Amino acid sequence: MLIDERFEVETPEGAMLSLSLAGPVTRAMAYGIDLTLRLLIFAVLAFVLGMLGKMGIGLLLIIGFALEWFYPTLFEALRHGQTPGKKAMGIAVVHANGSPLSFNGSLIRNLLRTADAFPLFYLLGFITTLISPRYQRLGDMAANTLVVHIEQTGTTRKQHNGPANPPDWPLSSQDQLALLAFHERQDQFSEARQQELAQLAFPELSPPLALQRLRSVTRYLLEGAQ
Amino acid sequence: MKQARFEQQYRPLWDSLEQQLEQMEALRVSRKKRLPLDRFVADYRQLCHQLALARERTYSLELQQYLNNLVLRAHRQLYRYNPPLADRIGEFFASGFPAAVRRQWKWHLVSALSFVLSIALAWILVQQQPEMIYTVVDEAMLSDLELMYQPEDAASSDIHAGREGEDDVLMFGYYIKNNIGIAFRTFAGGLLLGVGAIFVMLFNGSFFGAIAGHLINTGGHEAFFTFVIAHGAPELTAIVLAGGAGLRLGWSIIAPGQWSRLDALRLAARDALPTMYGVFALLLLAAFIEAFWSPRDFDATIKYSVGATCWALLYLYLFFGGRQRGAGKG
Repeated sequence: MLIDERFEVETPEGAMLSLSLAGPVTRAMAYGIDLTLRLLIFAVLAFVLGMLGKMGIGLLLIIGFALEWFYPTLFEALRHGQTPGKKAMGIAVVHANGSPLSFNGSLIRNLLRTADAFPLFYLLGFITTLISPRYQRLGDMAANTLVVHIEQTGTTRKQHNGPANPPDWPLSSQDQLALLAFHERQDQFSEARQQELAQLAFPELSPPLALQRLRSVTRYLLEGAQ
Repeated sequence: MKQARFEQQYRPLWDSLEQQLEQMEALRVSRKKRLPLDRFVADYRQLCHQLALARERTYSLELQQYLNNLVLRAHRQLYRYNPPLADRIGEFFASGFPAAVRRQWKWHLVSALSFVLSIALAWILVQQQPEMIYTVVDEAMLSDLELMYQPEDAASSDIHAGREGEDDVLMFGYYIKNNIGIAFRTFAGGLLLGVGAIFVMLFNGSFFGAIAGHLINTGGHEAFFTFVIAHGAPELTAIVLAGGAGLRLGWSIIAPGQWSRLDALRLAARDALPTMYGVFALLLLAAFIEAFWSPRDFDATIKYSVGATCWALLYLYLFFGGRQRGAGKG
């Protein structure tokens, strides 16, 4: 079986969805954030309720129970599969068909957490995550859920105005993707690096000219002749 | 068509879809701000088409990614299933829970037998050889227990006297945290090939049996049995059911039958989940009875008859609740 962190789902409409699976390290960090948050909440409440005597301790025990067992379930079921820790790490739990996590699904995966935590420090869960081709721990397998990265898409792109020229060679679709990727990411590179990259496409031109030429070609691909 | 024109042409559709999605993803939307959603399905289908086009024409990866994510979000909203909550809860307690328990009666029987037999064994052993009790509990805990359940006539300093409402709440919290935690762990422990669930059954069974046997030896049994009989019905039953549900999970991995182990596990988890909802409710009820009724001092006859009623009602409910008349097996 192919081990890859991308997982493809076909929707009934025939569109292919591509999910990016989250690995054990990211998930462990999200868990760490959640654990810290839970301990903080518990500590604050312990301080406040501790002043109420035995009644307060009774309430505190109930809240401690709820924090232990229902904190992940409630957040995942109500906040699109994200506990605060998962949100901070940019990951979320979804069903294996890409649909949002249901309450039942979340409950199964969180009730079975104890089995994943066996015998210590989530050792069993860690091992199953590594073995599973879809990075699932035991609870995920039983609930048929995945933990995926939620991708951020920025569509704000700087406009570079200028001439648009067709490429002077027959363009393959691979070439086209490479050129468009360059167009989108060029702002992340320094001018010198951009010129260096442009020289790969036009080795016969001087660096500044090559970059100018490359920009006009990508502009043509994007917008057509003007 | 060049990418820029494509984007220009369909951007309004994408923007409107994003707005509709934001509304659907929000937990609550005020009535005034609500958008009509009657075009959502048609828009979604168009969007799928546009994603396919963008891939076919190798538009930029960023655009493909954007459309992919938008399809993903819309897909999630379209295929989510969310009937009204109150109806489901009512339906669940009227018929869903007892039916779910009966559907898996074999597992619950195995779990109950391992529990009851270990109670009986420990009970008999301790009654025959009183010193056997020290294999289960140590001396400090034993003297606590004896103090708690000493015979009525010597009961001057027992925990029940001088107990106030505050203690009841404290114990309620304690029972919830402790007992429900045990039940959930028993269920999860079942996933480890059933070993965890069986272990909890045997351990708790022999503990309970040994204590009961010992208190009969020391004469504290009336205080003990009047205390445990009422809440014992939901509490012990719930632990047994959690064990049964756990065994169901473990067995699905040991002997998956005609499914793959993964699929068998999924089916088992889906089957066992209603039982766990019920276990949770039963243990809440048990904690309530244990904290607010069991420590009250009433005549032993009253305590026993209330306790017997609890057992009878619970098992009538589990055996007959939600059966369709004349429909044979539930």
